[in-house]
Amino acid sequence: MSGVLVVMEARGGAWNRMSFETLAAGQQLAAGLGVAARAAVVGSGVAGLARELAGYKLEKVYAVSHALLGEYTADGFAAAVEALVRRDGADVVLFPHTYQVRDFAPKVATRFGRVLVSDATGFRAEGGLVFVRQLFQGKLNADVRVSGDGPQFASIQAGAFRAESAEAGQAAVEEFAPELAAGTIRQKPEAPFRESARAVDLTAAEIIVSVGRGIKEKENIGVVEELAKALGAEMAASRPICDNGWLPMERQVGSSGQTVAPKVYVAVGISGAIQHLVGMKGSKTIVAINKDANAPIFEVADYGIVGDLFEVVPALVAEVRKVRG
Amino acid sequence: MKIIVAIKQVPVRDSQLKPEAGGRWIEEGDLSFEINEPDAYALEEALQLKEKHGGEVIALCLGPARASQTIREALAKGADRALHVEEEDTAGLDTLGVAALLAEAAKRESPDLILTGLQSDDLGYGQTGVVMAELLGLPHATIIMQVEAGEGKLRVKRELEDGWFQHVEMPLPAVLTIQSGINKLRYATLMGIKKAKTKEIKKLAAADLGGKRASAAVLEKVYAPQRTKQTQMIEGDAKTAAAKLVEKLRFEVRAI
Ligand SMILES: Cc1cc2nc3c(=O)[nH]c(=O)nc-3n(C[C@H](O)[C@H](O)[C@H](O)COP(=O)(O)OP(=O)(O)OC[C@H]3O[C@@H](n4cnc5c(N)ncnc54)[C@H](O)[C@@H]3O)c2cc1C
Repeated sequence: MSGVLVVMEARGGAWNRMSFETLAAGQQLAAGLGVAARAAVVGSGVAGLARELAGYKLEKVYAVSHALLGEYTADGFAAAVEALVRRDGADVVLFPHTYQVRDFAPKVATRFGRVLVSDATGFRAEGGLVFVRQLFQGKLNADVRVSGDGPQFASIQAGAFRAESAEAGQAAVEEFAPELAAGTIRQKPEAPFRESARAVDLTAAEIIVSVGRGIKEKENIGVVEELAKALGAEMAASRPICDNGWLPMERQVGSSGQTVAPKVYVAVGISGAIQHLVGMKGSKTIVAINKDANAPIFEVADYGIVGDLFEVVPALVAEVRKVRG
Repeated sequence: MKIIVAIKQVPVRDSQLKPEAGGRWIEEGDLSFEINEPDAYALEEALQLKEKHGGEVIALCLGPARASQTIREALAKGADRALHVEEEDTAGLDTLGVAALLAEAAKRESPDLILTGLQSDDLGYGQTGVVMAELLGLPHATIIMQVEAGEGKLRVKRELEDGWFQHVEMPLPAVLTIQSGINKLRYATLMGIKKAKTKEIKKLAAADLGGKRASAAVLEKVYAPQRTKQTQMIEGDAKTAAAKLVEKLRFEVRAI
């Protein structure tokens, strides 16, 4: 059956919000291709989620359920989704680009002799199918043309489509219990955990000054800390800064750190990779200071200064002190 | 433990990147290259596992002739030997094509463990390791922040979103994709650099490894992204720009 199949993600009975962004993408792609959109939720005891999904404009909703899918495993999910895709016969299968999808979807695509076009930001249905995706952590874009019969696979980048634009409607739910054998699932997952209680709650900060690898050395962090002090702001950082232990992990902003939305977010020497952007692009005002005029951070910035942070930041500290006394 | 680490050579961070005239890839003429960052962490993890459990670390790289520089650096850091799948037209391969060649090269070594970085800084598909695992029929886990190797099995720490983690156990042999920051990178010593010169780099061609697959996903065009946001760019020298920004933060944003 031709069509676009969206594989949603949920954990512990709750949706991953990115699923609905992908649902919106799937509906739009289906409309562009002139085919139907369908969606699936995979897990154990997903009837409630499937009913919720049935309130969207879809041809059909699959409740893919099996006791062995209660906990995520790469082997279990790959087998279930492979079986689903074979049964459904979609031309295109879309996933949200989550950590879980990164873990199993390439495996599914490989079983069909296909490539998962991962982290796509858009698509065009013109004489075939072209996906748009970023290269070099957002510094360049690329068009990727997929070819060949059978399903094409892509995962959709966080924030590329708006969840609110998913169209409501009515769909029938179809239950699907894939054949899975415990012996074929080689990963034995333990319960998810958090490293430690978060001592710093960045979400309460009015102003955040965030430092990235442009700072070059641990010894230079003080340059940016001065600015945070002058502004009465909390310090945050991109991942490499925390990986290096220059600032504690709990100050990391991004997909694997905290998500913040302060009144002002000042990004200093941060390039603006998507994994950082997802954690801060909801900020009311974003200021970027970067020596590279083409840095992707300027794509989300309200105010930008192209310059050397070692000149700009001290100058900024002096100016702030002037007005703050 | 016999460990294969797949490493890739990419343009150095902060390179000024320009699409080439035909738009199929970037202009490489003026660029310098280095090891893909997550791959450096994968290599370090392999070296640490070898130090703990003994065995051998083999660097595996698919790339053009220039990648031999990156391979030498891996040998200087402590890899025992290397396999170089020499391929000039890497843009003509899709991730399945790359992973198929890497998997075939790895298979011949019957490793206990295969490590890759979790994604490349250039293409960023983030799936070479996963596809290799599938082609080799091996279990895998991705975005790994810790590896404990036991008798015939592994226990790894997977990174999940929002600061969550999870331990996962699986049998060996297996494939892991390593996250940046899992360990502290070492520098090559002078001794290491000297030794590297005598270490073996075995060259392989795609033809030796079952040949190249036709691409199912073709990089058709590379271009600069279009800016959609209206960013107010603040001009002037540092002092002037700083003064202007503070004024905006005071009167437009009302934050100071
Ligand atoms: C699964 C996964 C999860 C991740 N999670 C996160 C996360 O939670 N948070 C996160 O931040 N990242 C995360 N990352 C990493 C992310 O992809 C980027 O690698 C990272 O955000 C880059 O950090 P950066 O911008 O500080 O460094 P870089 O990308 O190296 O950028 C440094 C910037 O500094 C500029 N610069 C250099 N010198 C100067 C100077 N003198 N003055 C001014 N500017 C200068 C450069 O132009 C450049 O733009 C994750 C990656 C993966 C794959």
